Amino acid sequence: MEIAEELAKQQKAISVAEFFEKNRQILGFDSAPRALITCVKEAVDNSLDACEDAGILPDIFVQIKKSGDYYQVIVEDNGPGIVPQEIPRVFAKLLYGSRFHTLRQSRGQQGIGISAAVLYSQLTSGKPTRVISKIAPDRPAHYCELLINTAKNEPEILRSEEADWERPRGTRVELEMEGTYVRSRRQSVFGSLKSAAIVNPHARITLVEPEGNMEVFERATESLPKKAYAISPHPAGIELGELIKLLRYTDKKKLRVFLRETFSSIGAISAQELCSRSGIDPETPPAGLTHEQAKRLHAAFKAIKVKSPPVDCLSPIGEELIKAGLEKEYRLDYIATTVRPVSVYSGNPFLVEVGLGYGGELEKESRVEILRFANRVPLVYQQGACAMTHAVEGVSWKNYSLSQPTGSGIPVGPVVLLVHIASTNIPFTSESKDAVADMPEILAEIDLGLKEVARKLRRYLGRQSVLSERREKEEIIRKILPRIAKKLSDVLERKEPDIGPVVARIMGNLHVSRKVEREDGRLSVKILLENHSDLVRSFNLHELLAEKADSISPEAKVIPIGDGYDHHWKLSLPPGQKATLSYRIAWRDESNGDAPPAGAKMKEPVVEGLDPEIVTGARVI
Amino acid sequence: MTASDDKMDKARKAQEKLTGLAATLYNQFEQGIVPHISLPSRTKANIEFSSKDDVWIYGDQETTRSVKTVRGAKTLLKTVHLAELLIKEHLKNNRGSTLREIYYISENWDIAKFHEQAESDRLIEDLEIVTALHREDFHVRPEEDGAAVFGPLRLKEKTRRGEKEMHCQEDVGEAGYQIPFNVDNIEFLSHDAKMVMAIETGGMYARLIENGFDEQNNAILVHIKGQPARSTRRIIKRLNTELGLPVVVFTDGDPWSYRIFASIAYGAIKSAHLSEHLVTPAARFLGVQPSDIVDYNLSTDKLTDQDMQALRSELTDPRFATPYWDKQIRLQMDLKRKAEQQAFAGKGLDYVTKTYLPERLAEMGIL
Repeated sequence: MEIAEELAKQQKAISVAEFFEKNRQILGFDSAPRALITCVKEAVDNSLDACEDAGILPDIFVQIKKSGDYYQVIVEDNGPGIVPQEIPRVFAKLLYGSRFHTLRQSRGQQGIGISAAVLYSQLTSGKPTRVISKIAPDRPAHYCELLINTAKNEPEILRSEEADWERPRGTRVELEMEGTYVRSRRQSVFGSLKSAAIVNPHARITLVEPEGNMEVFERATESLPKKAYAISPHPAGIELGELIKLLRYTDKKKLRVFLRETFSSIGAISAQELCSRSGIDPETPPAGLTHEQAKRLHAAFKAIKVKSPPVDCLSPIGEELIKAGLEKEYRLDYIATTVRPVSVYSGNPFLVEVGLGYGGELEKESRVEILRFANRVPLVYQQGACAMTHAVEGVSWKNYSLSQPTGSGIPVGPVVLLVHIASTNIPFTSESKDAVADMPEILAEIDLGLKEVARKLRRYLGRQSVLSERREKEEIIRKILPRIAKKLSDVLERKEPDIGPVVARIMGNLHVSRKVEREDGRLSVKILLENHSDLVRSFNLHELLAEKADSISPEAKVIPIGDGYDHHWKLSLPPGQKATLSYRIAWRDESNGDAPPAGAKMKEPVVEGLDPEIVTGARVI
Repeated sequence: MTASDDKMDKARKAQEKLTGLAATLYNQFEQGIVPHISLPSRTKANIEFSSKDDVWIYGDQETTRSVKTVRGAKTLLKTVHLAELLIKEHLKNNRGSTLREIYYISENWDIAKFHEQAESDRLIEDLEIVTALHREDFHVRPEEDGAAVFGPLRLKEKTRRGEKEMHCQEDVGEAGYQIPFNVDNIEFLSHDAKMVMAIETGGMYARLIENGFDEQNNAILVHIKGQPARSTRRIIKRLNTELGLPVVVFTDGDPWSYRIFASIAYGAIKSAHLSEHLVTPAARFLGVQPSDIVDYNLSTDKLTDQDMQALRSELTDPRFATPYWDKQIRLQMDLKRKAEQQAFAGKGLDYVTKTYLPERLAEMGIL
């Protein structure tokens, strides 16, 4: 026998299940703590997806119990349930699922996650997975015990029977496996559920930990996220191979129809344009296109302008709920959010949402925390390999009032960043779905989103520093200056100096002061105005006097009101300028000869048309 | 003019200066000028050599304390409080307080309270600069003891209990004559000395007295007790200028001791405003020199990182910018060793008085 023939005997197909049995790290079961996290995450993702499809507000119960040498993971939901005949394949057959062939945003896609958990459970503990599910209150629940036949990638059913269950509907799965339970770190069951709660504020998630303490991540909203609809592929960025595959397997008889029906955002006009650009008869059967023709058609896709893919295939969290989610799990001083418009990479629509939380109880001196989410699923591992992290590192945060010690990289400061990518197909770097690949279109969108929230943060911090400067000045003016003035008068035994002009100068205010002197039995009044700000101040100055004044300079309008006269000047003072108003008025000696302090009976001058806090020495209306 | 008239006059002058400062601030308020005071900045970068007196004084760089910032405003408030205390409590009643007492007095000043004594000390120095007076003129005294003096010197001290006359060998105990904080209350009557030796450590001071060095060499010994107090520097200055005696400084051989010498001979950065009053430019460094470590084969310790740091800083200190210091400091940085005064004891208790000092003083042309 020839060597080749000898070798050929050993060639045989490998079952997917066998493949993953040997390569469990690909699915995220590479370490003991991680196995528990991945298992919980897969089960919770399934529950959230199912509830969303059914329009039910998710109420998910997670319990981790120590059971001998193993951990028992229980995840129970109030979802629509699974029909009895589907249960074995959903849980005990890899690559079985409802979502792989549709273009629609969902958490799970390939139908690997939960069956991988089942596989890991049977590999490490040897025990079957127990599932109970009920599809309606008036129908009995169904109970199964399952294993995976790894050689065939088919479910092995150990028990299957009707059962009693107190829930009206829902699904409960119990797995037993090797693992290690960690708490209080970000990379933990607790941390991963906390993150899930942030981006799924419509869900209530309850966790019972091995020691028995219970954590409830309460829902922040009663409204379900917008439902995502399935769409056709978008022409932008589609690859040639993909196009050829679509052409070959279509049931459409004419190219023009194929184009219109297969792709989203292509109507009769675009279809016509594509055909004429590539020089192919619109009536040609698509399956008959040569490789050369397909290539020209592919080039035409790139040349024409089509509208963005429809948004309904995606279900963003929305600014409101990002804010609610962050507020729910962190104490923050400020939150900025943004939702980017839908964009496309390789024919897949996606959109990026970014949230930024600042201050509160966040660490000031440590690196910024990055919460990564893909289709509402928190990404816990491999932060350094992820496009979201790379985009954060690429922003020059110093321009946005955050320190970035090495000039690039993750910034330092009391900030938590939330990045969510929603897409019909998230380009993960591996099947364990830990990190998103660096697609240029995605990186660019995250970058824009980050810069948008960063600009909002900078504006907020700018306002804060103006406020704190103002507060500092107020402290000087209210607490310190009056005391200096008092002490000076103590030391010098003179009357307290008027701090008004200094206050006006420090605050950059308009300062109004009035000097009154007796002159030939009349009062000579001077009003000094000084603008200490760096802006032009335009305002009206009113003097309410008991009688008409004379020798008014400059000219004032005099209007009788009530039992007196309003004298008013319309003024405009450039920065740093002074002005003097003067007039004379009769002095009515009511106190019988004793010289009263001049001006004692005069009301304060009134300024009209400016903020009270930028004026000293006058009443402001 | 009698002594008490003189004292009254001084107090009146100090009071006028402090009141003048308050009046300046008062007028700034009245004129609508943001109240402020300007001071020379007290850093290494702002000291320069005054060839007039051969001492280091502050240069032209100024800092301004103004009420525009909370810090500046609080400092001015404290300054005014302090001025009031000095005028009303000290000068008008002929009373005084120590630096530490002033820090405690401020407890009642509410927001004008000092946070630490260093802060009130600094503010008093500021007042000295602004008024061109000394803290003694405000009746403020230090806690620390002044130096002790031992040697052939007769003097008269004005105390609160009258004038006392004494001889600094015959009328004093083994520790010597304790000088008062205000050295200007002393009058030198007569002496039989040929030099003044300022000594850093108590151990060496006692060794020289025990060995009779003061009698054999007609030396006035001054124990400077570490970083010299103002009164210590003042008495050395007066011994030098009034009696015309040469001054040598004998310290450990490490960077910190060179700074002791520098503050005696060149002036301290912190009190450069008093240099003309306190500094003895004629003082010379006797040892322990880094070159002595080699020449006398002294037992040594390794330089610590802080020591090396201090040496490097001295290389950029304008006060040490002479060929002599440059050579000695670089030599020590090469040796990476330092020696104490007591290291001479390793060669016998008489070695320092019989061998080292006579050799060094001959080299310096004093003996």
